[in-house]
Amino acid sequence: MKRLRAALLALPLVLLLAALAAVALAWPRPRFVPAASPAAYAPTPQNVARGAYLARAVNCIACHTARAGAAYAGGRALDTPFGRFYGPNLTPDAETGIGSWSADDFWNALHNGIARDGRLLYPAFPYTNYTRVTRADADALYAYFRSLAPQRQPNRPHELDFPYNRQLLLAGWRLLYFRPGDLSPQPARGAQWNRGAYLVEGLGHCSACHSARNALGASKDGLEGGLEGGLNSTLGWYAPSLTASGEAGLGDWDEAHIVALLGAGISARGSATGPMAEVVARSLQYLTPEDLGAMAAYLKSLPATPAPTPIPAGTPPASEQVMLEGRRIYAGQCAQCHGDDGKGKLPAYPPLAGNRAVTLTPAVNAIRMTVNGGFPPGTRGNPRPYGMPPFGHELSDAQVAAVLSWIRASWGNAAPPVSAADVNRYRAITSD
Amino acid sequence: MHTRNLRWSIAALAALAGMTLCAGARAQAPAPDPRAVPDTLDQRLLACATCHARVDARGNPVNDSFYPRLYGKPAGYLYNQLRNFRDGRRHYPLMTYLVGHLSDDYLREIAQHFAALAPTVLPPAPAAASPQVRERGRQLVFDGDPARRIPACVACHGARLTGVQPSIPGLLGLPRDYVNAQFGAWRNGVRRAHAPDCMAEISARLSPDDVAAVSGWLAAAPLPSNARPDARIARPLPLACGSAPEPR
Repeated sequence: MKRLRAALLALPLVLLLAALAAVALAWPRPRFVPAASPAAYAPTPQNVARGAYLARAVNCIACHTARAGAAYAGGRALDTPFGRFYGPNLTPDAETGIGSWSADDFWNALHNGIARDGRLLYPAFPYTNYTRVTRADADALYAYFRSLAPQRQPNRPHELDFPYNRQLLLAGWRLLYFRPGDLSPQPARGAQWNRGAYLVEGLGHCSACHSARNALGASKDGLEGGLEGGLNSTLGWYAPSLTASGEAGLGDWDEAHIVALLGAGISARGSATGPMAEVVARSLQYLTPEDLGAMAAYLKSLPATPAPTPIPAGTPPASEQVMLEGRRIYAGQCAQCHGDDGKGKLPAYPPLAGNRAVTLTPAVNAIRMTVNGGFPPGTRGNPRPYGMPPFGHELSDAQVAAVLSWIRASWGNAAPPVSAADVNRYRAITSD
Repeated sequence: MHTRNLRWSIAALAALAGMTLCAGARAQAPAPDPRAVPDTLDQRLLACATCHARVDARGNPVNDSFYPRLYGKPAGYLYNQLRNFRDGRRHYPLMTYLVGHLSDDYLREIAQHFAALAPTVLPPAPAAASPQVRERGRQLVFDGDPARRIPACVACHGARLTGVQPSIPGLLGLPRDYVNAQFGAWRNGVRRAHAPDCMAEISARLSPDDVAAVSGWLAAAPLPSNARPDARIARPLPLACGSAPEPR
C-alpha cells in the first residue's frame, strides 16, 4: 500500500523528468564550426569580392537597407502577422552596426540564430535557411560587410505584439522549429544539383516566401516537402508553389526559361512581378549563369505535388451576364496586348492562356496586376521593360472581378471565378 | 560630252535598277507579324498613359482631376521626380511601385521621351473664385508677397509659367487638385526634393488661402500656344534650389 502510494507520487515526477529530458534533447544546441584560418575572413580583395557576390545571392540588401538609405545600414520595415521588424545595420560601425562583431559572432548569428549579446534572433531573419550556409561562405560575407564604409545609424527596435516580443516564447519556437545544421551533400545527385540545393535552400532562402507558414510563422523548405506556395497576407501577394504543376511548379519548364525568369525577369512562360520583381532586380540578376542553372536544375528535380488549393467541387461558375461583361472589358482593355486568343505577344506581353499566375487560387496576384499594373524589373537582360497599365482607376471591383472571371475560364483556363469582394480586399492593400 | 552622257545614262540606269531591286525586295518582305510589338517608348510606356494621357472614347485628351500632364515638361524635372518616387522622396505608392525596379538609365530615357512630346493643350478650368481671390492669386503669381518673403511664381517658373530648362516645371495645364495636393505634401514633408528644398520653404510661408488662390488662378489660366519651357531664367533665383542649382 505504502509502496503503491510512493509509486503514484513518483509518477508525475518521472513524467516531468522525462519531459525535461525530451526538451533538453530537442533543445536547439548551438553548433560551433571554427574558421579554417583567419585568412578565411581577412579583408582581402578575393574574400571581399566573394562575399559581395554571396550577399547578392542572399539578397541581404532587401531587408537591411531603407528606401534610398545607405546600403546595408538597416531600417527597412518588414510587416508580419506578429508585428513589424526592422532590418538592423550591417555596416561595420562600432556602436550601431557590426563593427565590434568577430567572425565567430557573425557565424553564430547566421548558423545558430543568436546575436552577439546572446539574444535569440527572430526567424524573420531566416536563419532557418542560413544555418546551412557554410562557415567559409559566412566568413566571406563577414569580410565583405567589414569592408563597407561604417554608417552610424542606430537600429530601430522591432514593434512586436505581445506575446511575440518575449524571448521565452522565441525559445519555445526554436525548440519546435529550429535545429542548427548543414545541408548534407548528396553526391549521387551531382555537383550541379547540390549547388542548386545550397542556393535555393540556404543562401537564397526561397522558402521564406514560397512556403506556407503555420500559425506560428514556421515554414518548411524544399528538402522537407515545402516550397508549396505561400500567401503573404500583409504584402498581399501569393508566392506560388514551386512544386505543384498547377502553379509555378517548374517540372515542365525548360531550364532556359527558368534561368531567363530568374536572371532577366522575363521568359516565354511568364514575367517576375510583385515581390519577385524585387528579388530579381536586387539579387538574382547578378548571379552567374552557372548558379542560375543549378537553381533551375534543383527546382526541376523537386517532386511534383498536387496544387495546394484544389478547386472546391461545386464552385458555381460566374453568371452569363458577368461573363459577357468580362468579355467586353477584355476586348476593350486587354486584347490589344494579350491578344484575342489570350496568347500574348512575347516577350513583352505574357500569355494569359495557360498562365499559372492568372489561374492561381487565391487570385490575389491577378487582381493586383489588374488593379496596379506593373513593370517587370529592369535588368541587364531586359533593361527597358514593357509595362502593364494600372486599371484600378478605370475599373470597379465588379468589373475587375468580371474580366478576371472571364480570363480564368477562357482558352482552356478552368479556374473558379473571382468575386468583387476579393478584388476589394486586395485593392485596399497599398501597392508600395 | 558624249561619254559623259553615256556615263550619266549608265548611272541613271543603275540607280533605276537599284530602286527596282529595292522595291522588289520590299514586295517580297513577309507581311508584318501581328504579334510583333513595336520597339518604341510609346509602346513600352503604355502603363503611364492610362493616367497621364487619358483620352475619351473619341480619342480626345481628358482633363483629369488629379493626374498631372507629363508631355513637354523639362526632362531634368521629370527625371528628378521619377527618382524621387523610386527613392521615397515623393509619396505616391502606385508610382513608387511602378518605377521601383527601373534603372537610372531607363528613367532618364523615359523623362526625355515625355519631355520631347508636345504639351497637351486642355481647356482651362473655369474660374470659380471671387474676383478678390483671383486678384490675390494673380498677385502671388506675378509679384509674390515680399513682406512674407514669398517670391513670385514667374521668378523661377518663367515669365510665361511654362517652366525653364532643364529642371524647373511649368505650372499651367495642371489640375487644381493636383497643385493643391503638392503644396499640402510639401508642408507635411511627404514631397521632398534635393536640398535645399525651395518649394518646401515657400509652401511653409504660404497660408492655406494663398495656396487656394494660386492653384485656382493657375488652373484657370490657358496654356500659351507654345508651351515649351524657356531655355533660361534670370539668375540667381530668389531662393536656393537643390534641383535647380546656381551655375558655378
